[in-house]
Amino acid sequence: MNEVTKIDGIGSSVRRTEDKKFLTGKGKYTDDINRPGQVQAYFLRSDVAHAKIKKIDVKDAQSAPGVVGVFTGDDIAADKVGGPICGWVVPCRDGSATKEPPHPLLAQGKVRFVGDAIAVVLAETAEQAKSGAELIEVDYEELSPVVDFENAGEGAQIHDEVPNNCYFDWELGDEKATADALSSAKKIVKLRVRNNRLVPNAMEPRCALAEFDNLDDSYTLHTTSQNPHLTRLVLAAFMFAIPESKLRVIAPDVGGGFGSKIYVYIEEAVCVWASKKVGRPVKWTADRTQAFLTDCHGRDHVNDVQLGLDENNKIVGLRVDTVCNLGAYLSAFSVVVPTYLHGTLLSGQYDIPAIYTNVKGMATNTVNVDAYRGAGRPEATYLLERTMETAAREVGMDPAEFRRINFIPKGAFPYQTQVALQYDIGDYEPHLDKAMEMIDYSNFEKRRAEAAKRGMYRGIGISSYIEACGLAPSAVVGALGGRVGQWESASVRVNPTGTISVFTGSHSHGQGHATTFAQIVADKLGIPMENVEVVHGDTDKTPFGMGSYGSRSLASGGSAISKAVDKIINKSKKIAAHLLEASEDDIDFKDGKFVVGGTDKEKAFGEIALAAYVPHNYPLETLEPGLEENAFYDPTNFVYPSGTHIAEVEVDPATGVVQVVDWAACDDFGNLVNPMIVEGQVHGGIAQGIGQALLEDAHYDENGQLLTASYMDYCMPRADDLPSFKVGYTTTPSTVNDLGVKGCGEAGAIASPPALINAVIDALSPLGVTDMSMPATPQKVWKAIQDSQSVAAE
Amino acid sequence: MGEISLKLNGELETRDVADNTLLVDFIREHVGLTGTHVGCDTSQCGACVIHLDGVSVKACTILAKQAVGADITTIEGLADGDELHPMQEAFHENHGLQCGFCTPGMVMSAVEMVNKNKDISEDEIREGLEGNICRCTGYHNIVQSVKAGAAKMGGKN
Repeated sequence: MNEVTKIDGIGSSVRRTEDKKFLTGKGKYTDDINRPGQVQAYFLRSDVAHAKIKKIDVKDAQSAPGVVGVFTGDDIAADKVGGPICGWVVPCRDGSATKEPPHPLLAQGKVRFVGDAIAVVLAETAEQAKSGAELIEVDYEELSPVVDFENAGEGAQIHDEVPNNCYFDWELGDEKATADALSSAKKIVKLRVRNNRLVPNAMEPRCALAEFDNLDDSYTLHTTSQNPHLTRLVLAAFMFAIPESKLRVIAPDVGGGFGSKIYVYIEEAVCVWASKKVGRPVKWTADRTQAFLTDCHGRDHVNDVQLGLDENNKIVGLRVDTVCNLGAYLSAFSVVVPTYLHGTLLSGQYDIPAIYTNVKGMATNTVNVDAYRGAGRPEATYLLERTMETAAREVGMDPAEFRRINFIPKGAFPYQTQVALQYDIGDYEPHLDKAMEMIDYSNFEKRRAEAAKRGMYRGIGISSYIEACGLAPSAVVGALGGRVGQWESASVRVNPTGTISVFTGSHSHGQGHATTFAQIVADKLGIPMENVEVVHGDTDKTPFGMGSYGSRSLASGGSAISKAVDKIINKSKKIAAHLLEASEDDIDFKDGKFVVGGTDKEKAFGEIALAAYVPHNYPLETLEPGLEENAFYDPTNFVYPSGTHIAEVEVDPATGVVQVVDWAACDDFGNLVNPMIVEGQVHGGIAQGIGQALLEDAHYDENGQLLTASYMDYCMPRADDLPSFKVGYTTTPSTVNDLGVKGCGEAGAIASPPALINAVIDALSPLGVTDMSMPATPQKVWKAIQDSQSVAAE
Repeated sequence: MGEISLKLNGELETRDVADNTLLVDFIREHVGLTGTHVGCDTSQCGACVIHLDGVSVKACTILAKQAVGADITTIEGLADGDELHPMQEAFHENHGLQCGFCTPGMVMSAVEMVNKNKDISEDEIREGLEGNICRCTGYHNIVQSVKAGAAKMGGKN
């Protein structure tokens, strides 16, 4: 055991232990891994959005140079391999269930979006596989494509199982109470907003490398996943009907996920299946255009909002009617994202006595829409914070003050919303105040006037958001239609010399768990962080766990580690009591030492570890040797981070370009384990939100062709599009977990789009502009300015 | 096919490659140095940036055959043994990376940018990184890292 020199515990901005390998090019991403004898897979994809397949001719492809095998949906059907499943369903208003059409791994008789996989070609090289695929002839009978999701009900039916192309028609809240509240309101603010469709765009394209071992009939899959255990469960239990023990899933270094690497994709399954078929390892790597066409997309809502106010401008009721686009197939979280991760957030930070929402989830001939950073909560926050700002403007109140009078008061927690959630704790005025101070809100009008002298329109916009994260109580998840538990696991192994190996069910794909989790252990055990190693991402090494999404790693995964360490400490006390010949009740654990209270008798943690593994002087009759503990932590509630972001922009009327000139973010994430990492998460979230608000838009034309299928056409935020960000915190520790932590991964992406659009509208408000849709591109902004001037001229 | 030779991180590498082999595939597939990444098909993302005769180049936009005889440095060749290059160190100290996928390209671009202009300003850094996409960091800490790296490399800003 090393001498304790420095404890980098909870609250310390320790530099990340995982950095060095990435900085020196030694990271191991899936595409960096190769296996002897591997073949490369290429997927032939539909280039039409909606069609019956009359005939597929693979003969020429089979005999093309280097081609090892060509397979189609018929081969998958013959082997009775299942497709991806939907992990969460909801009941419909009429009592019926969510319509769940099958999703075959390779098309069977029909293609439903541009990119739908029809056949896989395996060859010695990727180029040969691609050339082989070009020789496959597909005879289509084209059907009318359904692209406009608001009118998808009138379009051609995409699945036999989904009448009117409506997967579900769901509701939440009290419709009558809300109608009564709105009819008695002094003022009703109405707004229709669109949440634009986005592509998650993790920088590492998806990749899979599968191998079959015929000696013991087992498979190993390296893949780009946020949740390797879930991938194994779905592949083994639902697709291949093999024991989980026959499939090892490894998600090594993963280059970002943002939700897009949660669900099990057909390519992963086909590679696993084909590796046995051809008896060689099978590798597939997406290029960026395939990623655009086939990674799940995010958002894509239209929301009609009605907010009722009384004579004091207090909110009396809220009704939201939403239509959302879920694309051609349902996937892991596609149903829950616009329902229970969206409708339940509609109370925001506000005391709203009546809320009702209806959501219709539509099928279209576009790729699946599933979780993307924030997943449902950005959509809820966007419609609510746009409406709050619009209401403030309409009643002539400062938008900050209008929010303030409607906040849930500090003394009202725990607060039961009208949309199922109970917020355990929060305090919203302090982060509004602090964000206003950080951006110097009170002097904004001076800055606006100064900008006007330069011919620029300057505006400021607020967004006060809440999110429910740390997915979360299994009982609640189950009651709401979830098909999995949502606990998290940890195994903490004390090695004989007192070093620690932590095995976590969470998965890190940029979040820095190796550092944050080690800090928790180091803090609790009073040992140096370098003595703690964190292992994740391999189903053969880590306990069954649910992976990382929904800002759950620290609140759920970190809490599981904390609980496992508590068990280690409890057992260590028993060992210490024996060694020190004292009663267990008299043993205190402090600073890495077990001390008999009131004496100088003590044992260091390392001595306890050694005694546990060399139990020559040990209470073997009452205590097992060894020092390793597991914990499965299932929280009692979600955690509820909240905060206020304020954006300041300048609009150039000559070009319509919106420049983000300042940004203040004040968030309440509860206790922070590593503030540096938290800040990085906030920055990244804001950047993605600014991307949504100003630049990004996944656009299908009326034929269902994705026009934005490369970085030439889909505008990603770059360094010169963004400002530096001011980040601050307030703290109300979560009451749900022992660490008092919430979640920070999604907050920036949730908070930022309405702040930015509110700022753009505020900038243009002197021209009479009252609305702006995302993304606020220069063309759109310029047109709004021109239109307002032509109105003024009339 | 044809044999080509070039210098890669100080070592002479000779391989038989197809005429249409991209330099990035030569580095990744033929030599097996996987620190240089491929993030897009359109020379937009910059994950594949290397130094070719001291100039930062997107290794996906150039054929291996065009690099015959060149002196190439990849991310693996930047550190001096165990000692990180000042720019690598600055990225570590300023949390300039998260998932790490764009990082090799970012660091290689940053080093060349600072080699050309040691007193680089924040605006110049943001403009200079226009050809490198990061989805994780929001660039804030990357910009801080490049600033700090420039100072370590002798800059005065």
